[in-house]
Amino acid sequence: MMTDAQKRAIRIDLQLIAEMVEPGSRLLDVGCGDGALLDYLHHDKQVDGRGIELSAEGVNACVSAGLSVIQGDADQDLDDYPDQAFDYVVLGQTLQATHEPHNVLANLVRIGKRAVLSFPNFGYWRVRTRLLFGGKMPRTNSLSYDWYDTPNIHFCTIRDFVDLCDQMGITIERGIALDHNGGELRIGSSMRFANLIGEQAVFLLRKS
Amino acid sequence: MNEQTGGQIDEGGAPLLSDQDVGKQVTLGVDDPLRLDCGVELTNFSVAYQSYGELNAAKTNVILICHALSGDQFVSGVNPVTCKEGWWDLVIGPNKLIDTDRFFVICPNILGGCMGTIGPKEINPATGKPWGLDFPVITVSDMVRAQALLLDHLGIEKIFCALGGSMGGMQVLEWAVAYPERVFAAVPIATAPHHSAQNIAFHETGRQAIMADPDWHGGDYLSYDSRPHRGLAIARMVAHITYLSEPALQNKFGRQLQDRDAISFGFDADFQVESYLRHQGSTFVDRFDANSYLYITRAMDYFDLAERHGGGVLAEAFRGVDTRFCVISFTSDWLYQTAESRAIVKALNAVAANVSFAEIKSDKGHDAFLLEEPEFWKVLSGFIEGAAERYGLVSQ
Repeated sequence: MMTDAQKRAIRIDLQLIAEMVEPGSRLLDVGCGDGALLDYLHHDKQVDGRGIELSAEGVNACVSAGLSVIQGDADQDLDDYPDQAFDYVVLGQTLQATHEPHNVLANLVRIGKRAVLSFPNFGYWRVRTRLLFGGKMPRTNSLSYDWYDTPNIHFCTIRDFVDLCDQMGITIERGIALDHNGGELRIGSSMRFANLIGEQAVFLLRKS
Repeated sequence: MNEQTGGQIDEGGAPLLSDQDVGKQVTLGVDDPLRLDCGVELTNFSVAYQSYGELNAAKTNVILICHALSGDQFVSGVNPVTCKEGWWDLVIGPNKLIDTDRFFVICPNILGGCMGTIGPKEINPATGKPWGLDFPVITVSDMVRAQALLLDHLGIEKIFCALGGSMGGMQVLEWAVAYPERVFAAVPIATAPHHSAQNIAFHETGRQAIMADPDWHGGDYLSYDSRPHRGLAIARMVAHITYLSEPALQNKFGRQLQDRDAISFGFDADFQVESYLRHQGSTFVDRFDANSYLYITRAMDYFDLAERHGGGVLAEAFRGVDTRFCVISFTSDWLYQTAESRAIVKALNAVAANVSFAEIKSDKGHDAFLLEEPEFWKVLSGFIEGAAERYGLVSQ
C-alpha cells in the first residue's frame, strides 16, 4: 500500500511550483492533466484550486477525483477570466504546446497576481549536441516525441524566455533551472550555464 | 425502447390522474402568498414531493433533485402511477451513486405539474372548477420559489447539492443564482441558460398539436369529460425525437418494418420507428395532463437566466455566487448542445466562480442523462464526493 504522501508524489517541476505557492491561496492550473498538482496542493497546502485541461480523459479524471476542472484550452479560454482573479496561475510544461505563447503569457500575469510556469529548455546541452552532431531533431527525456507527431510547436530556450519577459514588461521574481538529475540552479547569476545544463526551467512571474 | 405497438393513438377519456398516489403533499402559501412573475398571487396551494433517506440532525445532507418537463417526484424506487422504476432509479437509492443511506434526497413535483402540485388540472377555489387556461402562466423562477417555500416549510435552510437535467438543470441554475447562500453545490446537466429559437419552435409545434385537437375544448376539456389525447401524443412524439440522437434512432430502428414483411402502401405504422413513437405518445397521455404540458413548455421558453438576473449578461447573473458548479453535457445532445453548457461555463469563469465542466461522449442524445452512462456517473460521483468532503460531510 502506498501512503497518501507517496500517492501524491508529483513530477519534479510540479514540486518546485508547489513550493512557490503560499498555503491557502487561490490558484488556477492551466493544462492540469490528471490533476496531480491540484490534488497535492488541495491536500498539502489547502489551496483553493481550479484547472483547465484540453483532453476529455484528463478532465473526467480530475472531476472524478473531486477537483474543479473544466475542459478548455490555454489559447482560447483564458480570455474569459477577469483580472487578478487568482493568487497564482500555473502553466506546467504547456507553454511550448500553445499556438500563441506570448498571448498566453500575457493572460497568465493578467489573471494571476503571480504566474508560475515550467517548460523544457531547448538550450539544454543534450538538445544542442543531438542537433549539432546527430543532425536530427532532438529527443530527450523531457522532449520524447518525434518531430512529426509532437504537440510541442513553440520551443524556446531559457534565454529566449527571459528576453520575452523583458519585452513584455514581466518581472521575474524567481527563475530556476533543473538539470537532468533534478538539481536546482538559480537563473540570473549564470545565464549561460543555466541555459546549457537546465533540462527544464521554472519561473515565478508577475506583471511589472 | 423495446415496447412497441402497431396500433393507433388511443382516443377518449381514461380516468386521468384523479385518485393517484402522489406521495407526500403539503399546503403552502398559507400565511404569505406566492407572488408569481406574471403578477398573480397563489395562496393555499399544494406541493407534492418525495423524499428518500433520513435528514441528519444538522440538516446538512440535503440533495435536491429537480425534475424535467415530463418527469415527476418519483425519482427512486417504483413510481406508483406508472408502476415502473422512478426516472433516476439507476442513480438514486440505497448504496447507489446518490446513496440514500447517506443523503436526504428530496424531489418536488414542479409548479404547474400534474402529479399533486398545483397546476391547471387542479380545482380553482374561485370557481370550484378545474383551472384550465385560467391557471396563471408560470416561470422556472416561480417553480424554484415554490420549492424554496417547501424547504422553508420542512425547516431546511441549505441544500448540499442541487441536481437536475434538461428543465431540471434550468431550475438548478435558477436556484444557485436566486439563492446562492442556500446552495453549496449545483449540477446542471444537459441544459441551457435560455431557450434557443429551435427549442421554442419544437415546443410551439407540440402546443399547436394539443390546441388543434377538438377534444382540447379551449383548454376546458375536463368540463367536457374529454382529453386531447391525440394532440398530446403528437406533442410527445415530436419532443421524443428531440431527446434522441440521429445515430441512436438509426441504429435502433433503421428502416426495419413493424410486424410485416413488406410495406403496406398505406398509412399504418409500417416502420418500427413509427410504431415506437406511437407507443411513446400513447403511454404519455395516460400519465400527463395536456394543459400542464402547455404551461411547462411555456415556462421553459420564457427561461432566460441572463435577462432575468444579469441585465442581459450571463456572467453578471453569476456574480457573487460561490456555489460549486459541475456543468455536464453530452456530445450527441442536439436539443441542449455542449455549446450551451460551455456558455454557462464561460460566464462562470468570467466571474472566477468555482466550476467543473465535462462533456461526456455518448451516442444517446439528450436522454443520455437518464440512461446508463458510466463516464457520466464517474464524473458525477467524483464531483459529489469532492463537494461532500469540502462541505464537511465525511464519507462513510
